[in-house]
Amino acid sequence: MNTETTRETDTRPDPLVLGDRTFRSRLLVGTGKYSDHETMNAALAASGCEVVTVAIRRVDLSSEDNLLTHLDRDRYFLLPNTAGCFNAEDAIRVCHLSRELGLGDWVKLEVLGDKQTLLPDPIGTLDACKTLVAEGFKVLVYSSDDPVMALRLQDAGATSVMPAGSPIGSGQGILNRNNLAIILEQLDVPVIIDAGVGTASDVTIAMELGAEGVLLNTGIAGAQDPISMAHAMRHALDAGWYAARAGRIPRRRYAQASSPTEGVLGE
Amino acid sequence: MNDSHETSPITPPITPPMIEVLLNGAAHQLASGSTVSSLLDQLPIEPTAVAVERNRQIVPRSLHSSTVIEVGDHLEVVTIVGGG
Repeated sequence: MNTETTRETDTRPDPLVLGDRTFRSRLLVGTGKYSDHETMNAALAASGCEVVTVAIRRVDLSSEDNLLTHLDRDRYFLLPNTAGCFNAEDAIRVCHLSRELGLGDWVKLEVLGDKQTLLPDPIGTLDACKTLVAEGFKVLVYSSDDPVMALRLQDAGATSVMPAGSPIGSGQGILNRNNLAIILEQLDVPVIIDAGVGTASDVTIAMELGAEGVLLNTGIAGAQDPISMAHAMRHALDAGWYAARAGRIPRRRYAQASSPTEGVLGE
Repeated sequence: MNDSHETSPITPPITPPMIEVLLNGAAHQLASGSTVSSLLDQLPIEPTAVAVERNRQIVPRSLHSSTVIEVGDHLEVVTIVGGG
């Protein structure tokens, strides 16, 4: 098979490398807010994701139902989050419980600063990141789209910095392309756009900007047809990944004819 | 055949004394001398799917059967749920 044929038939982006792990999909998908486990599993499958995020909560003492029995651990890499934590101490506590649950050392760290915006508390996030890295955790850290903060988190040893495109669950897409472009240019660790995705084109924009991946939950789980949206997100990510590497044409103010200007009949 | 005038002996309860702890933020009664394992056995969820904290300290799975719960203990039993 020659190179050209390979390029035509190989329709998968390169795998995502985070720390010492390699993932076949660059889409990371949350497991929250689905109407039922069947829909969740169908949507996860349609998204093609390998990494799925989960939360850690008190056991419902009256129910024997458990998410662990509905997720194929051979197929999905479970990434526990610290959602709902509003200080470093609580987030670290959740990470310790996650380790005890057998979920390993990988965590999605979020330390929130405000209940209405769910924007991260930068100081608590940085403190928790430093502690967790020192304890051997692989920290994928949710951040605002502030380039200075993103650099600080990288310096603290984060495995990935994950700036929000817009507030969690807001569906507003990518609000500050300029900040994200600066983050993507300045950081050496993989950058994953983590929140605010509303529809497929948001994922494409994030990837066209140069993101290594996209993490989303509500955009799929909250759609009227989560399985179709998961399918769309998967292809949108691939589209953005290829476009980012294809060298787009410059924007021009005026038209430039696609067909030859010579040999037009009647001249 | 019982004589109504005969006083029947009072049978003492054979159940062990109960203690009260705080389990996932709510008062919970369990038998004195219970271990973390015996507590988990009473819950509907699989013990392998949970992590346990006792008074803010994680009780490693290997110590569940030897850790005796004491009156007033604050216990947290957590598992994974859907989340982003």
